[in-house]
Amino acid sequence: MGPTDVNDPSYYHRVVDCQWACPAHTNVPEYIRLIAQGRYDDAYLLNRESNVFPGILGRTCDRPCEPACRRARVDGEPVAICRLKRVTADLRGDISDRLPRSPSEKNGKRVACIGAGPASLAVANDLLPLGYSVTIFERHDAPGGLMRTNIPAFRLPSEVLDEECRAILDMGADIRYRSPVTSLRALLAEGYDAIFVGSGAPRGKELDLPGRHEETGETRIHIGIDWLESIAFGHTDSIGERVLIIGVGNTAMDCCRSSRRLGGKDIKVMARRPRGFFKASPWELEDAEEEGVEILVNHAPKRFVIEDGKLRGMEFDILEWDERAEHSRVVGNLVMPCDDVILAIGQENAFPWIERDLGLEFGEWELPIVDEVTMESTLPGVFFGGDSAWGPKNIIWAVAHAHQAAISIHNHCQGIPVTERLPDGMNLVSQKMGISQWSYSNDFNPANRQRMDHVDLARRFSRLNLEVELGFSAEQTAREVERCLNCDIQTVFRARLCIECDACIDVCPAECLTITEDGDEADLVSRLTARRLNPDQGLYVSEPLPQTRRVMVKDENICVHCGLCAERCPTAAWNMERFELRIPYAADHVPSGVS
Amino acid sequence: MPSITKPKIPLLALEKNELGLTIRDYDGAMSTLCAGCGHDSITAAIVRSVFELSIPPHRLCKLSGIGCSSKTPTYFVSAAHGFNSVHGRMAAIASGANAANRDLHYIGVSGDGDSLSIGLGHLAHAIRRNVDMLYVIADNGVYGLTKGQFSASADLESTTKRGEPNTTPPIDPVVLALSLGATFVARAFSGDKRQLVPILKAGLTHRGFALVDVISPCVQFNDHEGSTKSYLYTREHELRATDFVPPAEEIVADVPSEGTVSVTMHSGSVITFTSLPEGYDPTDRASVIAYLDERAASHEIVTGLLYASDGTPDLHELNQTSETPLVSIPFERLCPGSAALEELQQRFT
Ligand SMILES: Cc1cc2nc3c(=O)[nH]c(=O)nc-3n(C[C@H](O)[C@H](O)[C@H](O)COP(=O)(O)OP(=O)(O)OC[C@H]3O[C@@H](n4cnc5c(N)ncnc54)[C@H](O)[C@@H]3O)c2cc1C
Ligand SMILES: Cc1ncc(C[n+]2csc(CCOP(=O)(O)OP(=O)(O)O)c2C)c(N)n1
Ligand code: SF4
Ligand code: SF4
Ligand code: SF4
Ligand SMILES: [Mg+2]
Repeated sequence: MGPTDVNDPSYYHRVVDCQWACPAHTNVPEYIRLIAQGRYDDAYLLNRESNVFPGILGRTCDRPCEPACRRARVDGEPVAICRLKRVTADLRGDISDRLPRSPSEKNGKRVACIGAGPASLAVANDLLPLGYSVTIFERHDAPGGLMRTNIPAFRLPSEVLDEECRAILDMGADIRYRSPVTSLRALLAEGYDAIFVGSGAPRGKELDLPGRHEETGETRIHIGIDWLESIAFGHTDSIGERVLIIGVGNTAMDCCRSSRRLGGKDIKVMARRPRGFFKASPWELEDAEEEGVEILVNHAPKRFVIEDGKLRGMEFDILEWDERAEHSRVVGNLVMPCDDVILAIGQENAFPWIERDLGLEFGEWELPIVDEVTMESTLPGVFFGGDSAWGPKNIIWAVAHAHQAAISIHNHCQGIPVTERLPDGMNLVSQKMGISQWSYSNDFNPANRQRMDHVDLARRFSRLNLEVELGFSAEQTAREVERCLNCDIQTVFRARLCIECDACIDVCPAECLTITEDGDEADLVSRLTARRLNPDQGLYVSEPLPQTRRVMVKDENICVHCGLCAERCPTAAWNMERFELRIPYAADHVPSGVS
Repeated sequence: MPSITKPKIPLLALEKNELGLTIRDYDGAMSTLCAGCGHDSITAAIVRSVFELSIPPHRLCKLSGIGCSSKTPTYFVSAAHGFNSVHGRMAAIASGANAANRDLHYIGVSGDGDSLSIGLGHLAHAIRRNVDMLYVIADNGVYGLTKGQFSASADLESTTKRGEPNTTPPIDPVVLALSLGATFVARAFSGDKRQLVPILKAGLTHRGFALVDVISPCVQFNDHEGSTKSYLYTREHELRATDFVPPAEEIVADVPSEGTVSVTMHSGSVITFTSLPEGYDPTDRASVIAYLDERAASHEIVTGLLYASDGTPDLHELNQTSETPLVSIPFERLCPGSAALEELQQRFT
């Protein structure tokens, strides 16, 4: 296969599975080690650098990092990465003097952000310290976007949200509440140097079945995201006893759990497809079921049953699916009586305020055409990010988009092509402290994943905004941090030093090393010490070894980063080195000394 | 000392043997030898061999004397029986253990010092008696444990780490074993498990004494330029003289029958030599010794399974040992008491 190019940062980056999977590439193992050392402030700030909202995300993140976590390959359960992120926010001290600040002297460039959701806030976070004047237009009277209006307070307390929004706004953003942007043309005319559209995907999907518009009095059929918003703003404080939720995504989970708190007693989530094909995260399903919500599978909504202009129930077809849940057939039918129906079947983008003759092109599904790297639309100087760009995603994606958009905005304002961007960099630092001594905790700890404690069911519904999850205790934290395998502490190989003694191969508890003749991938893989179970994981091939011209091969898949190979190597051909991914942000694009 | 012991990780990628065990179930304690010591590779090869043969850990008996090499039984198959004897006495202890219980597999690990100096007499007699065991000499040409003095296997022209030359001629354990009538003789290199593991497996299945001399570089005292037992020297001078299809594996049809020699083992299985030098007969001592002499003159290190035969009676046949392990015989029968002894003695008066 020839030698692997380990100078390309993406090789080692991929070994850090969680960091690779995180859209914002949060340095997870490093913040976990900082927690282990009790350095909560540092751990929080390290998080903040890449994901901007550690306290919020430590409670609500979709956590694509966890399914990717190497630990799951060892004992089936990933490290509780997200919960540990919350620990950094829970246990940190006052960090206000370590937060970024904006310089008193501005650079004279004005940037407008539409919407005060996570995407716009993160753009402001990156640009304010560089001297930009950032104006945020928000239609509501509080910042946070869907984090405030849709994510219920029992999952995300408003104090946490307020504090992390304030950290950004206090840098001097000019935020204008109750100021919906109604015309992009008009905004363009105000002469901003750049515009960022962070307006989200604000429209809940309709379900146009018979009966939908036949209610005569007050409507008992609600659009999920609008209904959650009206709870957040205190306009809704009750619901009927029998509630049907249509859809089984994360919005449905927030709707059913909110119903439970507003007086719902018999709450059913109606899913079209079987379990295993739901959109909601497994932990959200678990939490809903713990609260007594029933989830019914294989029910396809057919019509709203309206009598005398009043909602009485809903009719469903009962489906039978093939194994992959691609094709179904109707095997029955039933009417489910209810008091309220909440539609939680998705969101759409809507840009009624963007004139279609500005040169800003739209593609399919009424989505703007946005460059995947620069986040720029077809109208130079107008950038998109978060849900507004490619439809509903999540907070961490909004932040990731925002970092990239901020770089583009900076380049655009400075007259540099938006495509001129710094590549990822890396740094490797030896972790050797002495013979058989490492600067990290290299032993494998067999502890199981710690369970998050919840407020008692008896007390849980006493207040609408009572946070359910209690956070990790000190003991749980201490146990959980040791489960991390330190995937960023890389095994770095120097072929010219190897005397082919086999010591590393013999000691490796994961059997991931092999010395053999080079060959094409399939051939090489057939000669590995242990079977290669995951071809998506890296396969390291060294330069030819000095004595026999064979090569050292490492299957990255199951390495537990124990460092034994490096310890047993007589010539230090293997070493354990901490890999640090250098992600360029907008600030890194500012020539030093100038801002 | 390594900072941690090798963790037991439940890995899916690990294969299971016939007993449902993974190779990790054959691990021993963490090695305390120098990093890079050839002995650790021999340990790993033994672990692999007993794992692949699906030997139940508790049916294994591991024995050794004194030396870095003799420490290694601690580092494999923790669940096995074991005896760490005094310097050079392993062969004697193994003979006794073997006589007392023929149901176990015996692996003795010794050093060139342990076997060819202080223990030479015991080794010679264990060979003569054809003790049913695998006897591994981890051969590094020095006394590693006592800081690198020349051992009896050090070659004439080799030097110590500081440069003093060796002036005493060596004993080659392979030639020694052949001349004493050993029934299974091999040489291998710790740095080549592809050859070592099949040889160890064949030795473990052989009935009678199987001697394997494994060149095992001492990274600390004998891996330098003047060494003839270093990693580099061994690789540069190794001559793989023979290859064979191990008895446990099925012989594939396309193995050319011309030039192959088959030896039928006691169990009925067959070792088939697939590549041999011209005129070399692995069942004829004289031809093997002649070949070794010739190659030694040109400083080549001959490796492979060099000699195998199965005609000779083993310790059990020779001494009519008990078929039932002594441990399984009721104590009253094993030791009928002083009255019975008296009666026996009466017969000789
Ligand atoms: C019920 C629900 C639960 C969710 N739970 C999670 C979760 O647990 N974890 C997670 O990661 N993600 C979750 N999400 C998704 C997540 O909230 C969004 O992906 C994220 O907030 C998108 O951020 P954004 O900045 O792009 O847009 P938004 O958060 O939607 O913010 C857009 C802002 O722009 C304002 N705005 C819109 N149009 C205009 C205009 N014309 N003029 C002025 N202001 C305007 C809006 O009022 C809003 O404040 C959830 C979504 C929903 C609906
Ligand atoms: C009766 C006795 N004499 C001498 C010693 C000192 N001694 C310990 S190990 C050793 C030689 C070991 O050499 P070898 O068997 O080659 O083992 P290595 O350490 O090289 O693997 C000697 C002489 C001893 N322990 N006991
Ligand atoms: S760090 Fe080295 S010894 Fe440990 S699992 Fe990884 S490759 Fe194996
Ligand atoms: S332990 Fe070191 S010298 Fe020995 S084979 Fe491994 S990398 Fe090479
Ligand atoms: S002294 Fe030599 S034989 Fe002993 S452990 Fe060290 S390298 Fe191995
Ligand atoms: Mg020795």
